[in-house]
Amino acid sequence: MLTANKGSTFKVFKQLVKRDIRVASRQRSDLLNPLIFLIIVVTLFPLGVGPGPDILGRIAPGVIWVSALLSSMLGLERLFRDDFRDGALEQMLLLPVAVEISVLAKILVHWLLTALPVLIITPLLALLMNLPLQAWGTLWLTLFLGTPVLSAAGAIGVALTVSLNKGGALLSLLLLPLLIPLLIFATAAVEAAVAGVSPAGPLALIGAFMVLCITLAPFAVKAGLRVSVN
Amino acid sequence: MQFDSWQAFIQMGGYGIYVWSSFAGTFLCFGLLALESIWRRKKLAKEASKQAARAQRILRARAAKKNRI
Amino acid sequence: MWRWLHPYAKPEATFALTQKLIPWFALPGIILVLVSLVWGLAFAPPDYQQGESYRIIFVHVPSAMWAMGFYVGMAIMGVIALVWQIRTAELAILAIAPVGAVLTFISLFTGAIWGQPMWGTWWVWDARLTAQLILLFLYLGVMALYVAFEDERAGAKAASILAIVGVINIPIIHYSVYWWNTLHQKSTVTRAITRLEAPSIAPEMLWPLLVSILAMLLVSIVLVLMRLNNEILRREIHRPWALAELGITLDSSAKAHNDAEKKNVEKKGGADAV
Repeated sequence: MLTANKGSTFKVFKQLVKRDIRVASRQRSDLLNPLIFLIIVVTLFPLGVGPGPDILGRIAPGVIWVSALLSSMLGLERLFRDDFRDGALEQMLLLPVAVEISVLAKILVHWLLTALPVLIITPLLALLMNLPLQAWGTLWLTLFLGTPVLSAAGAIGVALTVSLNKGGALLSLLLLPLLIPLLIFATAAVEAAVAGVSPAGPLALIGAFMVLCITLAPFAVKAGLRVSVN
Repeated sequence: MQFDSWQAFIQMGGYGIYVWSSFAGTFLCFGLLALESIWRRKKLAKEASKQAARAQRILRARAAKKNRI
Repeated sequence: MWRWLHPYAKPEATFALTQKLIPWFALPGIILVLVSLVWGLAFAPPDYQQGESYRIIFVHVPSAMWAMGFYVGMAIMGVIALVWQIRTAELAILAIAPVGAVLTFISLFTGAIWGQPMWGTWWVWDARLTAQLILLFLYLGVMALYVAFEDERAGAKAASILAIVGVINIPIIHYSVYWWNTLHQKSTVTRAITRLEAPSIAPEMLWPLLVSILAMLLVSIVLVLMRLNNEILRREIHRPWALAELGITLDSSAKAHNDAEKKNVEKKGGADAV
């Protein structure tokens, strides 16, 4: 079926992406707040553990990644919440294209809107945490490869909890344990770069994890949405 | 048998408290699970009997009404 | 191929089967528990490095193993619930999750107690302990999601999906945690742990261990079946057969009334589903 109307599938995909970006651009604070939260959390750590540059440099990869995980939890809900409330989600499930395609569009837009800003301010975070310069590139790469995992795996959690009134805390309870491998690989890569060792191994693993999530998550998201929209 | 006396068995070569407390904790957990199931079953039976009594009461009242008319 | 599964979509059929199975698991289970207790505590030889303290292994290893195994079982029930839409499989998730969580808790608890004399601390970020802790979080997540929904069937389906996602992720979590652990082997404690690890286990210890593993499996299955039966009865409490199981006999007129009531409930349920 997909091959029969390949052109139209892609067209719908493009339309969905455009629409989502337009909707999101109307409520910019939703996008800005997690970003500010991320910067504030990273600022809190030097205040909590002391400003010694050696200790900050050592915990920087972990701090930046944990903060990124937490701040992504804040913004995740808007992936499906508004569409669920105004009924657009039901429409999406009824579109004549595979639901997985529309889900991928949603994930892509969410990544563009939440992860790109993080990638842009990553140097600032590295600077704040006194991360050694040779690891900056690796940190950026881990975020670049890891944030799609956050969006894709996050979509599963949101799809399951979107119909609940108080899904927020539950969402973190469901998702954070599943994202532990990402945290481990990412911090390992950055630590390797700090130590002057090649971070290629963990980076490749993050890449594999990303491919796995992007290919499999849409199916789970579809099943989850079917449960929630009823 | 690895132990010469009850004393030695209880003491477990100085590790008695660790060994016995972990076994006791395990049994406690399983016991609580089993008790919870049994208690739950009793509660269900109580609920069901209440519901049955209610059904019978309604029928009796209805019959009484019919007789009066 | 899967035809044999279909009759068990009927709760009565599953109830009758589990009711029949419980004694067949319970009796050998209790016997094996006693055997493994006596064998493991009194007859197995002491470890040449850890002395008598290693006897914790006879509860620690079985619980850790079956904590993982029951999660897989729960995910399989999730697949059955999603694919064949069998209600009893949904109830089975609700029955397995607490038992699995308790098994995980036992393995963590006994691990901590074992760690105190051996490593000098209750908790170390050892790979197995950490992976087990994450498994406990996964169990808690499934249970929390199940009860968060007002409509129980929706909750069951959501929990099934989560269990399946979790089961795909478990090997990744496991290997990542092991890898993380070898990366961070700086403390003397962790090094002591790796040194203490015996590469192989003597057969005089292995046999009682195997018996205890089997014993814990049987006892846990009995607990799951008991919970499953309760859940089925709770779901079916308006049906005559469930009332009969609960020891309540209705006279014929009350039965008729109950049936009418049940029909009302079903109609209402049907309206809700629409």
